[in-house]
Amino acid sequence: MSSSPVAGPVPTGPSSGSANGPSGQPAPDRHRGPGRSGRRVRPVPAHRPPAGSRRGPRRWIARYGTQYLAISPYYLIFSVFMLFPMLYTVYLAFQKWDGIGEMKFVGLDQFRFLWDDPVFWLSLRNTLVIWVLSTVPMLFMALVMAVLINSTRRLTAFYRVALFIPSITSLVAIAIFFGAIFSNNFGLINAVLKAMHLSAVPWLSNEWTIKLVIATLMTWQWTGYNAIIYLAGLQAIPSELYEAARMDGAGPTRMFFSITIPLLRPIILFTVVISTVTGLQSFTEPQVLFGSDASTNPNSGGPGRAGLTTLLYFYNQAFDYNDFGYAAAIVWAFFLLILLIVVINWRLVQGKERRP
Amino acid sequence: MNSLNRKRFRGLSVHVILMICVVISVFPFYWIIVMATNTSQDIYSYPPKLWLGDNLLTNIDHLFDKMDFFGSLLNTVIVAVCTTLLVLFFDSLAAFAFAKYEFPAKKFLFGLLLAMYILPTQLAIIPQYEIMVQLGWLGTLKALIVPAAANAFGIFWMRQYTSTGVPDELLDAARIEGAGFFRLYWHVVLPCVRPALAFLGIYTFIAAWNDYILPLVMLVNPEELTLQVALAQLYAGHSTDYSMVMAGVLLAVIPLMLMFTFFARGFIADATKGALR
Repeated sequence: MSSSPVAGPVPTGPSSGSANGPSGQPAPDRHRGPGRSGRRVRPVPAHRPPAGSRRGPRRWIARYGTQYLAISPYYLIFSVFMLFPMLYTVYLAFQKWDGIGEMKFVGLDQFRFLWDDPVFWLSLRNTLVIWVLSTVPMLFMALVMAVLINSTRRLTAFYRVALFIPSITSLVAIAIFFGAIFSNNFGLINAVLKAMHLSAVPWLSNEWTIKLVIATLMTWQWTGYNAIIYLAGLQAIPSELYEAARMDGAGPTRMFFSITIPLLRPIILFTVVISTVTGLQSFTEPQVLFGSDASTNPNSGGPGRAGLTTLLYFYNQAFDYNDFGYAAAIVWAFFLLILLIVVINWRLVQGKERRP
Repeated sequence: MNSLNRKRFRGLSVHVILMICVVISVFPFYWIIVMATNTSQDIYSYPPKLWLGDNLLTNIDHLFDKMDFFGSLLNTVIVAVCTTLLVLFFDSLAAFAFAKYEFPAKKFLFGLLLAMYILPTQLAIIPQYEIMVQLGWLGTLKALIVPAAANAFGIFWMRQYTSTGVPDELLDAARIEGAGFFRLYWHVVLPCVRPALAFLGIYTFIAAWNDYILPLVMLVNPEELTLQVALAQLYAGHSTDYSMVMAGVLLAVIPLMLMFTFFARGFIADATKGALR
């Protein structure tokens, strides 16, 4: 897990594997004895070496105190608002608790209930279907777009900005927009269908079209972003490689599969991991499109719960029903599943690289 | 067809395909403007109006009746600005220590950062909610700002830049003149890492502006919302008055779009850098 530094739902992840210096280059201070002036990466004469014993706590504070002080804001906030809550969520998964009354230890009951809960499995299925429906066309189209942009010299700056814009647009705004154009009764899409003398489709009430709308939304939002990531990768491939291949008589298709794809593999891996982590965590799309409050609306996630993703189900259990113990079990089970899928993806993409 | 023509044709078709992609990318913004400037009746009618109308001000008027737009806007701005400033300060400071100093458990602490960076925030959200209840922060903007101030990505990003972008000679020269850690940070490091701060700042600001799940959980008071939550509620409650809702969407999206297009080129270049390392 920690060997995947680039994974994270952010547009960039500097994959800094080593904590010291430029990657690949061993830090000069790594093998120093603890008492030597191993304080800075490069020894400089400015600071006098400590005069007294290195063991005294005051000495220690004097030497390292400022550094710890500098990193302390992050670790303090992180411990209180992230680390402790995450561990506490594990604890909660073994309790029954509504947030107000007494906590009751129930052992593995929440997980047993989870295993037998058809709605949980339905939400998992929805999540996976939406993820596949969005990620596969997204990454494919992104690669095509990147190759196209890379093949021309004109307007590239314009394309980059125009294609990047969806990824920074508010998801709520876009969900509302998709709700409007895919509306059953009016909506631009059905108007176009009508103009083409086709019958209107009840996009937001059918089990499959609901998933399709959500997947289209995600594809719209992230294709351009991935294309620009791929483009940066393509531009890093030295053009001599292509020229050499052309000399040897390779056609464009051959060059694409023998040069471009293998050299792009680390970047493809990065985009696959990112799209897996973000794609499986879809929540806002169905929540905004179909309203959420499960305590008043039995069809959370749309008609037939077709858009009920696992995170939306988690949210319903936690904040509509206040069933904190069960919600904690859902979210941890779900996280482990995401982790499993990321590892499988990682193996699939990385595995091909290990050809002799 | 001779080969020159064929080449030209291929070049042209590339641009045609890319232009279609661009149109798809920006079409929603155009259509949001169309819907926000027409009446709801226009939107409901067939064929729909495809061009801008003159009903924007009426729609905005209705919007202000139904939603405390400026209150939500102010909350959003406060959250985004405070989060961004805190993240910039905390992360550049921590990054300086990680990039240029050695201290016990540094490896471990940095590794912890890496691991936590992958964990989804939803794993923490129930206890976070309870903590906010205990602190009395539930329903206040503090409940959004303080947790978001711990940004692992920012430390990575800044550390990477600090280790290469801040010359050791410069630090040494300042040390000889007797500058301590914090003076080095303020007078040497900060001026050197400005480009990296710009990217992190824009990125954090956009993320805070667009955040939905945390404000949805924490802002329990219907008078005190951020734009995203207020918009979603407006949509849920008044989904029949589309033109009014779209006026809200338009106003909520514009500031961010303007800001982004202003910084776009440098931002995108930085955003792709990370993936390549």
